[in-house]
Amino acid sequence: MESIYDILAELRPENDFHASTDFIGDGMLDSFDIVELVTALEEKFDILIDALDILPENFANTDAIAGVVRKNGGSL
Amino acid sequence: MKTVFKNKRVAGILTVLPQNEALFEDEVGNYSFPEKQTLRLKKVMGYEKHRIAKPETASSDLALYGLSHLLEKGLLKKEEIGAVLVVTLTPDHFLPHVSNILHGKLGLSREVVCMDILQGCCGFMLGMMQGFTLLDYMPDKKVVLVNADVLSHKISKQDRNSYPLIGDAATVTILENQSGAPDMYFNLLTDGTGRDALGIPAGGSRMPCTPETAVIKDDGEGNFRSLDNMYMNGTEVLQFVLREVPLVIDETLAYAGVGKEKIEYFLFHQPNRFMMRKLAERAELPFEKLPMNIVEAYGNASGASIPMDITENFGARMCREKYLVCLSAFGAGWCWSAAVTELGNMDFCETVTSSC
Repeated sequence: MESIYDILAELRPENDFHASTDFIGDGMLDSFDIVELVTALEEKFDILIDALDILPENFANTDAIAGVVRKNGGSL
Repeated sequence: MKTVFKNKRVAGILTVLPQNEALFEDEVGNYSFPEKQTLRLKKVMGYEKHRIAKPETASSDLALYGLSHLLEKGLLKKEEIGAVLVVTLTPDHFLPHVSNILHGKLGLSREVVCMDILQGCCGFMLGMMQGFTLLDYMPDKKVVLVNADVLSHKISKQDRNSYPLIGDAATVTILENQSGAPDMYFNLLTDGTGRDALGIPAGGSRMPCTPETAVIKDDGEGNFRSLDNMYMNGTEVLQFVLREVPLVIDETLAYAGVGKEKIEYFLFHQPNRFMMRKLAERAELPFEKLPMNIVEAYGNASGASIPMDITENFGARMCREKYLVCLSAFGAGWCWSAAVTELGNMDFCETVTSSC
């Protein structure tokens, strides 16, 4: 899970992602951040994320992000 | 609607680009986001540069430049023209129609049918379908299909969601009858429940432009635009495209009785690099057969995107050779489409730059 936090911190260093369970609702990630996050996760975990998984709710917190990574063949 | 057009061909395509090339890096400061954050989008989204017409340039100016070029070079003769069909999201005015402006300025015959269609990114596909239909009623004439847009006039320069990806351009595509031409399989779908994902709220009869509609506001995500500007819900667009477009491609290939592996090139509307990459993955298309370079070099020019793809990536080769291609466009409305056809042996296929 820390690797996900590392990616998020690099993406938006001004945000404390440990303090939120709703990155979208709390305004920490916008739609372009999600696009970048998808690309970074694919590179980090050597996976291809299914296009239909690219929904805001799948990137709302680290548990949801971990679920997307696992669903697409990544191991945390 | 699925249909097959027989004895029709694309005789030539000309792309007209405005001279002014704007670099994404030079525009980063226009947006409210940290520069470093915005610059990262260059790689992921393919934001490199785009062509932006002069503020005084209208869609008809680009189209007129292209048509004059063809007439001057003898690639098109006035007496051959049976119809001028203009597809645009940015007409010069509500009235007169762009096709009538072109008709008058070119001095075309009174027998020429003029028609404007308001359509976005599916404009080339819809225009071809309409053009081929018209050809059934004018066997000895050609249809001049114009896809022209100056979308930069309708998008806020402070809207990072839309401005970096758009480009201005016009294309002129000549359609004609040809006995024995290969069949052209088309499939075009519409779902008006998705109509609000892309729009320009003000300027029509529902909400005329007023000083109030011109006020620029934050959309809540840091993009600044007015009701006079185009907006786009990027997440909804992405989901729509990746859900529906692979299906329409497969359905059209099956309709044409052509295996995916037989297609030499997939020539698609190009919204941005990320969407193209994800679409290729989901539709299981080989990257090397799916050019993605137009949006990076020129921006997304709406309905002109596919013909630009053809002139830029093939040029004169499209006059000497023939290719089995799958075309696909998708966008506002929702409207999405695919076509399977052979393209080639054209009379011309080139790109020119205007001073507009």
